[in-house]
Amino acid sequence: MANITLKDIAHSYTGESDNPEDFALKKLNLTWRDGGAYALLGPSGCGKTTLLNIISGLLHPTRGEVRFDDRDITNQPTEERNIAQIFQFPVIYDTMTVFQNLAFPLKNRGRSGKEIEPRVIELAGILGLEKDLYTKAQHLTADSKQKISLGRGLIRKSVNAILFDEPLTVIDPQLKWELRSQLKFLHKKFGFTMIYVTHDQTEALTFADEVIVMYEGSIVQVGTPEALFEKPEHTFVGYFIGSPGMNVCPCELQKDRILVEGHELVLNSTYETVDPSAKIEVGIRPEHLTLAPPDTNGLPVKIIRVDDIGRHKIVRVAIKEREFNIVASDLSEMTGGMCSLIFDIDHTHMYVNDHLISGERK
Amino acid sequence: MIAKQVNQKAWFMVLPVFLVVAFSAIIPLLTVVNYSVQDTFGNNQFFWVGMDWFRDLIHSERFHDAFFRQISFSAIILAIEIPLGIVIALAMPKKGWGVPVCLISMALPLLIPWNVVGTIWQIFGRVDIGLLGHTLAAMGIDYNYTQDPVAAWLTIIVMDVWHWTSLVVLLCYAGLCSIPDAYYQAAKIDGASRIAVFRYIQLPKMQRVLLIAVLLRFMDSFMIYTEPFVITGGGPGNSTTFMSIDLVKMAIGQFDLGPAAAMSLIYFLVILLLSWVFFTVMSNIGEESSNGGS
Repeated sequence: MANITLKDIAHSYTGESDNPEDFALKKLNLTWRDGGAYALLGPSGCGKTTLLNIISGLLHPTRGEVRFDDRDITNQPTEERNIAQIFQFPVIYDTMTVFQNLAFPLKNRGRSGKEIEPRVIELAGILGLEKDLYTKAQHLTADSKQKISLGRGLIRKSVNAILFDEPLTVIDPQLKWELRSQLKFLHKKFGFTMIYVTHDQTEALTFADEVIVMYEGSIVQVGTPEALFEKPEHTFVGYFIGSPGMNVCPCELQKDRILVEGHELVLNSTYETVDPSAKIEVGIRPEHLTLAPPDTNGLPVKIIRVDDIGRHKIVRVAIKEREFNIVASDLSEMTGGMCSLIFDIDHTHMYVNDHLISGERK
Repeated sequence: MIAKQVNQKAWFMVLPVFLVVAFSAIIPLLTVVNYSVQDTFGNNQFFWVGMDWFRDLIHSERFHDAFFRQISFSAIILAIEIPLGIVIALAMPKKGWGVPVCLISMALPLLIPWNVVGTIWQIFGRVDIGLLGHTLAAMGIDYNYTQDPVAAWLTIIVMDVWHWTSLVVLLCYAGLCSIPDAYYQAAKIDGASRIAVFRYIQLPKMQRVLLIAVLLRFMDSFMIYTEPFVITGGGPGNSTTFMSIDLVKMAIGQFDLGPAAAMSLIYFLVILLLSWVFFTVMSNIGEESSNGGS
């Protein structure tokens, strides 16, 4: 077991190049603490799987180093790294029984049958596969096959880390919950480092102590689920986390005031003057916006649509071309199509070229 | 209970298929059956002989020899071409410029007509003018397929391997290409050796195409006619007289229609039976303990 450090890692599938566009993974530095539970979150094609494959050694990075504690293992082959990886679609050895499948990683490492058997039986019990232990793996359902894949990842006790590459994609929603809690339980029990790739935010947020959000080959934020929600460091994180995502709206910024479509709002911090040619935006979560009757002190907006999603309503409002989503529970005071939009200024963030800027608190 | 609806119109729907099969297979086969139970002395006069031809044939040494030669030939061909095809397919590149080069050079022998292949090897092996025959003779090796049965067999086997291994290669290659990368990645993670990857991933995934390859190569090699006919004409002596050559000698050379028809039927049944055996055995490989759990 070890801390895993990625030092100046960059990867291009077409080989070394001067053009940053060629890189699927742009330069990144990151340390995975031993025993941590991490989620790697991002849209499809943002480099999550590339990053995993570099850690497990299936890919050799174009640039940079992978370290286990202080050892540089960039050139070590996968077999010697002692890492387990579970893929999106079940990979099973068709001609073997479930038992043989689970025992395979141990057998390849020369463990004795006496050592293997109790371990396989124990793990099969945890995964709920004990009934099928002596069935050919190819006759099982997709769910069970993926459990076998998971099992092969979990069978070795001494692994440095287990990498999950969207392993629950093919699983039924109900079973997903069950397996997710199983994994959490196993993580607590065995204390392996767990890196979990997903593009499902609920999965990431419930799973991990720390979430790494990736976007277009770069890491845009590393933080706890709360930090991602409360203080997105990049507009992408704002959009991606939360449902609906953060409202991001172009505006003009003057010290502690912003102008949104000609209406002034006073902020709780003072910002230094920024280059006016830059893209300046204000970001606020739908949960931090409230609606008031017209002519209250807020932005005059028109209600376009109300979606009732059960626990609360999502109201879509517009001021000229700009639209905002608001999470509201009670709309009884609203009459007519017009109302005032009130910002919670403690949760209002400013972004310059998509990156969060911090001002001086008043 | 709902009474099952009977719709006689359905018979009209299967009629076209029935007609096609009748004209393409059943009627021609029945004419052969017709000949196999009769004898003729010409003048279109036929006499009923019952099962006599079959009885004679099954007890004739000539038939035994041809059958044994045929079985041996197919066994040798399968034993060489299947493993060789797998090995070549494994060695072929999976991407890059090498792929089209390999595929085209593999496909080329398959495009050459049988009798041309025979002619090529017939000339190639000739001691007086053939590149192969002359070179071997110059090296002091006693090689002459017109006189030495071993040389004749070797020539035909090498020719068939040259002609048809590509088919096995292409089928296996297609099978290999359909294996997702994740399998190889998982094998690396699991620490599997190269042999284990072959045994547990590549071979099981190739099982279906291998079944097709074995069936095709078996049927083709069991029916081989043109190439040995062109190269050796069944000689020297009768050493390369395979069943098909013997059949033609009997039917056209001797004009023994009855025995030839009986032989055709036995020939057909043997191919049918062996193909069925191959198919059943190979599709059941790896299924033995499948009933263990559920």
